[in-house]
Amino acid sequence: MENDSAPIVEARSLRKDYGPTRAVEDISFKVSRGEVVGFLGPNGAGKSTTMKMLTGYLRPTSGSALVAGIDVAQDPLAAKRLIGYLPENAPLYDEMMVVDFLNFVADMRGVNGPERQKRLREIGGRCGLMDVLGKNIGQLSKGYRQRVGLAQAMVHDPDLLILDEPTSGLDPNQIVEIRELIKELGREKTVILSTHILPEVQASCGRIIIINKGKLVADDTPEVLTGAEGRAVVRLVVKASNGTPLSESDVRGALTSVPGVVAVERTDGEGDGTLGFRIRAAGALDPREGIFRAAMQGNFVLLDLHRERVSLEDTFRQLTLGQGGSHA
Amino acid sequence: MRKVLAITQRELRGYFDSPVAYIVLVTFLLVAGWMYFSALFLMGRADMRPFFAPSIFSPSMLLVVLVPAITMRLIAEERKTGTIELLTTMPIRDGEVIVGKFLAAMGLIGAALLLTFAYPLTVASLGPLDWGPVISGYLGFILFAASLLSIGILCSTLTTNQIVAFIVSFLVCAALYYVYWLQFFVPSFLAPLFEFVSVSFHLDNMARGVVDSRDVLFYLSLTIGGLLLAVRSLQAQHA
Repeated sequence: MENDSAPIVEARSLRKDYGPTRAVEDISFKVSRGEVVGFLGPNGAGKSTTMKMLTGYLRPTSGSALVAGIDVAQDPLAAKRLIGYLPENAPLYDEMMVVDFLNFVADMRGVNGPERQKRLREIGGRCGLMDVLGKNIGQLSKGYRQRVGLAQAMVHDPDLLILDEPTSGLDPNQIVEIRELIKELGREKTVILSTHILPEVQASCGRIIIINKGKLVADDTPEVLTGAEGRAVVRLVVKASNGTPLSESDVRGALTSVPGVVAVERTDGEGDGTLGFRIRAAGALDPREGIFRAAMQGNFVLLDLHRERVSLEDTFRQLTLGQGGSHA
Repeated sequence: MRKVLAITQRELRGYFDSPVAYIVLVTFLLVAGWMYFSALFLMGRADMRPFFAPSIFSPSMLLVVLVPAITMRLIAEERKTGTIELLTTMPIRDGEVIVGKFLAAMGLIGAALLLTFAYPLTVASLGPLDWGPVISGYLGFILFAASLLSIGILCSTLTTNQIVAFIVSFLVCAALYYVYWLQFFVPSFLAPLFEFVSVSFHLDNMARGVVDSRDVLFYLSLTIGGLLLAVRSLQAQHA
């Protein structure tokens, strides 16, 4: 997945101060062509500010944003040509008709001649706007507005789409529609989207960047962040093999000595004579084999042994609340 | 240039799709016509000077009220609804945005002035009309309007509230307009300064039929200065 040769987006120690408040602090990352990257973070974490710096709307206090090797602050016009951007809340000219608005964007984006009609028809079809072309944008439902916002970002067929909360305020059906559209776009374009809806990124992104309090706290694939690799949690239920009641401390001791296990927690069992445990393991080691051996040696029976996936919610909470976030 | 004109066209449509354009045109024609013809018939001479010449109560003074109404929403509304972010992340310079909007406002004022061309035509049918001062008067009026518009646009970049934009630009325009009459109340060494900075003094010259480069340059520098400041102000917002 890493293709260091030509990142389409590169953030180099981006920092943004609003007066005395630091909104974004030292954020660096690279996005390769064709990736679909999700920015995740609580409200006010600095996702939008970061996107605004990538799109050239805001000038970074220090650091730089590069799009296809072009410094956005140095040559904003060239960089902006490569980007399709949907700002937060899809601000649109409410008094304009959809078709007029798209023509206006085509004017601004320099999409002219016979190519324009073809392009607008294609986008209109793709975003499902054909029925509302003659309507005023102000009359559209939130879902349609969002689609107009997406269509607007695609008029010039950019390589890079930056979408700030493309599904906020939509109903579940509309969310699925937009998500499908983004997935489809992700097949041919680089997409960076921000959201605070977790299933959203899991569904559509190949990579997740978690931002909290202006800092980048995680940058990895959803698989890693949800614990398929590395942070396994194992649940098990044990029972005595010969009728003698189990001593909790014995079992706990046996489990703790299993290689890779870092924490053992007592949970509910499955009725009389059973004990439940929840085990956290560190590293890439799968502790289940060791647990099985420990059970054989310790002379207790495993009724249940399964690895639990950490939900992205857990990872998210851990990363965004863990770091001195009690007042967040 | 195409992008600038796209903005101009969008804004002009905005004016004519809403009541703004019609209110401006009708108000200007009615009130300016009444101001002018009441003076004309008193004077009993075929002369357009009362139309162009500034006074406490004249068509040019009407522009001091109408211009802020035309310009107040140009940037303030985009800032309020957030569309400014959409606009400034398109490949366009902030200067082009300002110029596009300025041209649209100019177009609306131009339309109003074009309609008033019925007045000299009417007057010419009543008696001999000297067309020289008419042409220099119109030129002066256009320059005068341009300088007020640039102030209005500057004020519109300063706030997200259209009412605030209207009031501030009205106050600035009115101050520059009425300062001319204040020269009689200030120490004599200040009088030339008060006269020179007033937008009405220079219009008075042109209404008389005198096209002096000093007057033209005054309006042009005020217009360009106002627009440059508007560009800076717009840039500062997404700096």
